[in-house]
Amino acid sequence: MEEFAALIDALVYTRSRNAKLALIADYLRATPDPDRGWALAALTDGMDFKAVKSSTIRNLMKERVDPILWSLSRDFVGDTAETASLLWPEPSSDVEAPPGVAEAVALLGAMTRTTVLTELPMMLDRLDPSGRYALLKLATGAMRIGISARLGKVAFAQAFDVSVDEVEEYWHALQPPYAELFAWAAGGAAPPETENLPLFRPFMLAHPLEDAQVSMDDYAAEWKWDGIRVQLVHVANENGGETRLYSRSGDDISATFPELLDALAIPAVLDGELLVRGSTQGGVQNDRTQGGAASFNALQQRLGRKTVSKKMLSEAPAFVRLYDALAIEGEDLRTLPWSDRRGHLERFIPRLPDSHFDLSQIVEAGDFDQLAEIRASARDDAIEGLMLKRRDAPYVAGRKAGMWYKWKRDPLLIDCVLMYAQRGSGKRSSFYSDYTFGCWNGDPDAGAELLPVGKAYSGFTDEELKKIDRHVRQNTLNRFGPVRETDKSLVFEVAFDSVHQSKRHKSGLAMRFPRIHRIRWDKPAHEADRMTALEALIRD
Amino acid sequence: MIADFSWIRPEPHGIHVVPADCWIDPSRAVDKALVTHGHADHARGGHGQTIATPETLGIMKLRYATDEGATSVSYGETIRLPGNVDATYIPAGHVLGSAQILLEHAGEKVIVTGDYKRRADPTCLPFEVTPCDILITEATFGLPLFVHPPIAEEVGKLLKALHDNPECCVLVGAYALGKAQRVIAELRAAGHRAPIYLHGAMERMCRLYEEFGVELGDLRLVADHDKEAMRGAIVVCPPSALNDRWSRRLPDPITAMASGWMRVRQRARQRNVELPLIISDHADWGELTRTIEEVNPHESWITHGREEALLRWCQLHQRRARALAMVGYDDEDD
Ligand SMILES: [Zn+2]
Ligand SMILES: [Zn+2]
Repeated sequence: MEEFAALIDALVYTRSRNAKLALIADYLRATPDPDRGWALAALTDGMDFKAVKSSTIRNLMKERVDPILWSLSRDFVGDTAETASLLWPEPSSDVEAPPGVAEAVALLGAMTRTTVLTELPMMLDRLDPSGRYALLKLATGAMRIGISARLGKVAFAQAFDVSVDEVEEYWHALQPPYAELFAWAAGGAAPPETENLPLFRPFMLAHPLEDAQVSMDDYAAEWKWDGIRVQLVHVANENGGETRLYSRSGDDISATFPELLDALAIPAVLDGELLVRGSTQGGVQNDRTQGGAASFNALQQRLGRKTVSKKMLSEAPAFVRLYDALAIEGEDLRTLPWSDRRGHLERFIPRLPDSHFDLSQIVEAGDFDQLAEIRASARDDAIEGLMLKRRDAPYVAGRKAGMWYKWKRDPLLIDCVLMYAQRGSGKRSSFYSDYTFGCWNGDPDAGAELLPVGKAYSGFTDEELKKIDRHVRQNTLNRFGPVRETDKSLVFEVAFDSVHQSKRHKSGLAMRFPRIHRIRWDKPAHEADRMTALEALIRD
Repeated sequence: MIADFSWIRPEPHGIHVVPADCWIDPSRAVDKALVTHGHADHARGGHGQTIATPETLGIMKLRYATDEGATSVSYGETIRLPGNVDATYIPAGHVLGSAQILLEHAGEKVIVTGDYKRRADPTCLPFEVTPCDILITEATFGLPLFVHPPIAEEVGKLLKALHDNPECCVLVGAYALGKAQRVIAELRAAGHRAPIYLHGAMERMCRLYEEFGVELGDLRLVADHDKEAMRGAIVVCPPSALNDRWSRRLPDPITAMASGWMRVRQRARQRNVELPLIISDHADWGELTRTIEEVNPHESWITHGREEALLRWCQLHQRRARALAMVGYDDEDD
């Protein structure tokens, strides 16, 4: 626990992403199993111990510290776990040595709401203030030290010099403390067994097209639909099969869209756009019974829910518009060229219920100019633009040069990460409604930092404002008067009219009329755009 | 004992010693001031007469470029003020020259601690416990969560960071009066003999300490040296310079800060501190409460800081206490 506590402290005081990666990697290399696996789980996904809540800590403290002194201290520190770690009375008699991380996890996991009141104090007695802080943060599942799951995985890959895409792929097959993952990466053992597990495969992503032109002989074009990109995976097993739905960041969102789970009963890994039924996107215009989809707003109502009402299921049923097939009936198609995979997908789709699946149609264009014309005249509001996919490209994780391009529609759009939020004025004064956002100054997995590129305070509904406000409050790293620094995990798609060079801004760029176009709850921060993407949009 | 202590009156801008018509640490200019120590929020300029220890007067002269009206009192010396008030200056252990002021009038004893600490400090004399009827105490770190660790531990952290990062320098933010010299003296005591580099704003105060016999070893000015010379060295600057453009002239600085506030993570993060050092020249919670117990006054008056919590402690321990609504004292970057 001492090493883990030292790591947590060091991470708290470290700003640069690179330095954080190095700290975690050093820890993972130096720490034995299973401690390091549990630590990794705590850093990435957080762990949930049902018996330990913030209120448990408060109650324990109120038995040990005068309630008035407790609340004065709590107000000053601003964090219950930290206050408790500082105020915990040092034990008067000899205690056991501090528990290791694995021991702590085992003890915490075995506690009940009753036993926690005697057992948690015994553990706290064994630790110093830093150890108590780490333990309480671990126990309440709220590290809030600005470490995303992605950062943890990148650090793991860095520690053992393995590919982060492989780590992503195995991650979902394994449970903490990830013994097989460490055995593979650190010990040279065979990769974890992933067959017959409904695993997430990292998505293939696109570069912005910018000023480039491509030949339609080499590239196929598809509409970029305005929903959320998902991966639907079905495996057969002795229980009859299992289906999981993953978001772009690899989060399991199966529970949010249960209607899709039963719809796929053949083993397959499919890549597509999740949409809800409606009349604005594709299909026969203005007829929701004819294969159309609703706007992103309608879909937004269903995102982020852990359970879904019957009403929602009938009013806004979800379906997937398929882009690609990564595997069908046990055959991994990822190494095949796009055109072959497309053939597999087209042959496969008649076997799926059309209530829940359709195919994203290819946009036929003789040459690039004709494609540009089609793009310019697309009247469908909710089409985001075009995707250009190299016909001979395999399906590879991440963003590989020259393979896939996204060609977004006007206005200029860019994905930025929320960095700071400030309280608004007037009727918004109780909300964090003014946002400063930034783009990466390089590859975020290679230590790039965010540079602020603009501010916006419009473009969202009151409902959305409430959600962002909640996000800001729950993900604050720092407060400076009316401004909060967030953990930089939320992506905004920002729309703006133009972008210019500017000496006044640290990033050297200034946007004209930036507004929040969409809140990308589904998009991980490291996939937001880089400065180069914004620079490419300079027109003067 | 029936005592009314009406001769000593806390006012918002200082403690008024009525029969002598003089003020202790007044926050505005007065005719006659008794000053506990040289920190700017206690030692304002422009008083007609300033009565303080020679060290405090030296510090004030450095700051205000004048010693007009200065009257010097040595530790342990008692001076007679008008209206039959006797004042004695007693070491407070806070910074060089810092004093508690014992006031006696009509058989009643009042002590104004000014700022104080109970830990050893190689740059000043230790706090002396002196019995009195009323103890007027500070409460800067008056919350039970403030426990200042032994300074050797914190200096050890600093030296370890220096040792582990020979290609960097460690930049220590420290209050220019007291904290900086204490940190340097403690580094010397821990065997660190290498040159220590100073921000320009630190120099004169360090020289003054040396004139008063506090040895600080080989001190050099950042401005006189190029970047490379400072690799692997300790650099000391005022806290305000930590995140300033000034620090760009340093070779890969690791940002440290020496302050009691570093006990709280958020406080350290607000200043972008990478290496928090919990070093304070104020009493922590244990020292504050122990001092009240040891001095055992009839009543405690709490001047500045987190007076609510210390008041609560007095209540819980059946000790008479009141919080004074004083203005003009800062938390100091302590
Ligand atoms: Zn002071
Ligand atoms: Zn003070």
